[in-house]
Amino acid sequence: MATASELSLPVRVFLRGYRWRRIDPVPFAALARPIEECKVGLVSSAGLVLPGMTPFDGTLRGGDSTWRSIPSDADGAALIDGHRSDSFDHGGMNSDPELVFPLARLRELAAAGEVGAVAPRHASCMGAITATGRLVKETAPEIADRFVEDQVDVALLVPV
Amino acid sequence: MCNQTVGLVAAELERHGIVTVALQLLRSVAEKVRPPRSLCVPFAHGYPLDTPGDAERQRAVLRGALGVAALPGPGPVLVDLPVGSGA
Repeated sequence: MATASELSLPVRVFLRGYRWRRIDPVPFAALARPIEECKVGLVSSAGLVLPGMTPFDGTLRGGDSTWRSIPSDADGAALIDGHRSDSFDHGGMNSDPELVFPLARLRELAAAGEVGAVAPRHASCMGAITATGRLVKETAPEIADRFVEDQVDVALLVPV
Repeated sequence: MCNQTVGLVAAELERHGIVTVALQLLRSVAEKVRPPRSLCVPFAHGYPLDTPGDAERQRAVLRGALGVAALPGPGPVLVDLPVGSGA
């Protein structure tokens, strides 16, 4: 498992005094059908965009809370790393975007009948958000509304 | 911060009736933020599905996450993916 000691000194100092946003109460949805029948969507916080999309703004104080919709038929290899943090090795995701946005892997599981279907649209956001107000009040509800519209049963969320 | 971000999005999805599993690279952050369902993975920052180019390994991590989706509540449910786990 990753440890905070891997992070740069300035980040570790920042995190020492950071107040994490505690989820309370913890919502808990019931699985309505077997996984093999579920439509599954992805949410990645790797800051990925497709060519032609507006990149995430790495200069915003508190972080860029916007998100991008990634269609299910997107070429995963074309995803562009827009994550602003230099606190982790970007080499893995740049050589294989499936590492942080496993769209092809999900398609393979669907083809094998291990999940019911792949959602038509997925979500990409920037994980490096320290001021979480807009994320909670606007971005997360927008993503949720989109997934509800697409009748997604299960969402897998991938940090980086 | 990524661990918190996906946890907060997961909570909103669950409020909308969608079952979620958030991979987590830092267990300590998952314990503080409390996403509804988490799979703590034993990998480094930047490598949430382990090894670049290893499709079978990446599918195994996804299978592990899907297994957490089927676990009963109440949340937070926090599960560790065993080191070397094939599923």
